[in-house]
Amino acid sequence: MSAAAAEADAARGTPPPLLKVEGLKTWFPIRTGVLQRVDRWIRAVDGVDLEIPQGKTLALVGESGCGKTTVGRSILRLEQPRAGRVLYDDTDLLALSRAALRPYRQAMQIVFQDPTSSLDPRMPVRDAIAEGLRSFSIGANTAERTERVAELMTMVRLDPEHMWRYPHEFSGGQKQRICIARALAVGPKLLICDESVSALDVSIQAQILNLLRELQQRLRLTYLFITHDLGVVGHIADRVAVMYLGQIVETGEVTEIFEEPKHPYTRALLGSVPRLDLERAGRLGGGAPGDPPDPANPPEGCRFHTRCPQVFEPCADTPPALREVQGRRCRCHLYDPAHMARAEL
Amino acid sequence: MSAPILTVENLSVSFPAAGARAAVVDGVSLAVSPGEVLALVGESGCGKSMTALAILRLIAKPGRIEATSRIAFEDRDVLALKVTQMRALRGAGIAMIFQEPMASLNPVQTVGDQVIEALRLHERVGRSAARDRAARIFERVHIPDPRGRLDAYPHQLSGGLKQRVMIAMMLVVRPRLLIADEPTTALDVTVQAQILALLRELQDELDMSILLITHDFGVVNELADRVAVMYAGRIAEEGTRAEVLGAPRHPYTQGLLRSIPSLAHRGSDLEEIAGTVPSIGTWPAGCRFATRCPKVFAPCEAEVPQTVRLSQSHRTACHDVAREFVS
Repeated sequence: MSAAAAEADAARGTPPPLLKVEGLKTWFPIRTGVLQRVDRWIRAVDGVDLEIPQGKTLALVGESGCGKTTVGRSILRLEQPRAGRVLYDDTDLLALSRAALRPYRQAMQIVFQDPTSSLDPRMPVRDAIAEGLRSFSIGANTAERTERVAELMTMVRLDPEHMWRYPHEFSGGQKQRICIARALAVGPKLLICDESVSALDVSIQAQILNLLRELQQRLRLTYLFITHDLGVVGHIADRVAVMYLGQIVETGEVTEIFEEPKHPYTRALLGSVPRLDLERAGRLGGGAPGDPPDPANPPEGCRFHTRCPQVFEPCADTPPALREVQGRRCRCHLYDPAHMARAEL
Repeated sequence: MSAPILTVENLSVSFPAAGARAAVVDGVSLAVSPGEVLALVGESGCGKSMTALAILRLIAKPGRIEATSRIAFEDRDVLALKVTQMRALRGAGIAMIFQEPMASLNPVQTVGDQVIEALRLHERVGRSAARDRAARIFERVHIPDPRGRLDAYPHQLSGGLKQRVMIAMMLVVRPRLLIADEPTTALDVTVQAQILALLRELQDELDMSILLITHDFGVVNELADRVAVMYAGRIAEEGTRAEVLGAPRHPYTQGLLRSIPSLAHRGSDLEEIAGTVPSIGTWPAGCRFATRCPKVFAPCEAEVPQTVRLSQSHRTACHDVAREFVS
């Protein structure tokens, strides 16, 4: 981040980052033939920079296949990135051995989209929540751990009396509460929520969003919220990073970006969300034309130029850089002083 | 207003549950006028898809449409039609598109052949003429490179293109009523916007009626003329888009609308609807929303609420609204 941006953040009262991601690249090989030689690479994450201030919520948004989930998994080293740094409190997690990484696993936890497949159907809820406690030797004995499980269940507003029940005896929303309790059991500082409320009905989703907000305040948690739902982003996030085909195209404060998106993709995305405003009905933008390109073969130049309504001369050949534009960062030639004059013509 | 193209009266669909039969759709009445878009909204398990399937008589055993139900399409009694007459009605009269287009397409046949097959089932037309027609229909639904795409297999197309193919197949037969069951739910938001625009365009052009099944009030606002909100097998509230979204009266509709997250509600808690939908067979005897309703009072648990007419077009089934309305 530039000195000017750091100053602007300090003026806004943004706390220092708990997590910083720099130049992250995670590629997946496509192997073909009898020899299983690597034919091509899917560049799922291709040079991502992120910062999550302590105690804040960063939403990582984008459409399916943009690489947002891979970013989350790479941060936790559930995928092996090929380049970049993941700095947690100034320690590069990607440089650590498995043993040295272990304490950081306690500091960072994840809640997935589908609570049913995240829970072992044959394990009572008490054991599911206590698994991490045992693994990190929290609590002296079984009785202490059981007591801690009861506390955690109360915290996520489940009845501790139900701790010996099995996952199938709970509803979808309750199962997601169990997953949250399990993630919080080991006392993490950073919680990654990967589409954690996407599979829930709206009335249940509201309960979980309220719970997450309450827990954040109570436990001073930092959230990375991975989602495709812009309503959820607007409601819960402080900052947002918009991702397209493996790269961040725009990032900054949610209120600023939602009120005045600069990148044409962010505009298309926000303009495509059907709103509840009665006056605005039937005036939905036509979305972005076409479909997102294949991440194994991304377009040259700006990756969005094949669908961009404002495409001009440099877009097809020169990849734009992520640069400071009016209090946020944006990856678009429209805001590049070298090209701006031509864009206006 | 002209006579409705579809009238559903007192529709009940039941499934065996816990030794008895549970009505997953219980006394639903609806009407769709020509050229109108009616949205049927509700959360998972509320019976909205079951209602749609019942209209096409696609309820599989052990499910059953109860004898008290009446479904009329134009002037035909749908539940009295013979199997062959019903087949003729599906497609030309009423067509349906689903959430997951991949599940509706044959994976081992090109999409062109599937559209041509649909064409030739409904009209006497030669193969090459049918191919030309199919290409024109693909063009009509804005499939890029329509001729080339006729030879594509479903897996070679993106989710948005597959949904366009489904819409193309529906256009082959020019149905008078389209039942669209969560047609954009599986799609990304920029692609969803394209498909919603296409549906609106075609609906205008063909003067087709649409019964839109969805859980997304944003989509309802974009497309619907009227809205019916379903909860646990019954219609809680029905009215014009402005009445239901702008001035909802049923506590369930009110709660649902207030629980939708957005930039506007930043910094405050969302309104929650307490608890969860009771599972099928454990529904309260009276109002099925009674266990979660913030306005619950004496008669709610035991007595089924009567429908209250709030205007020519706006109705709701709620004891609390009725109490206010009478006094």
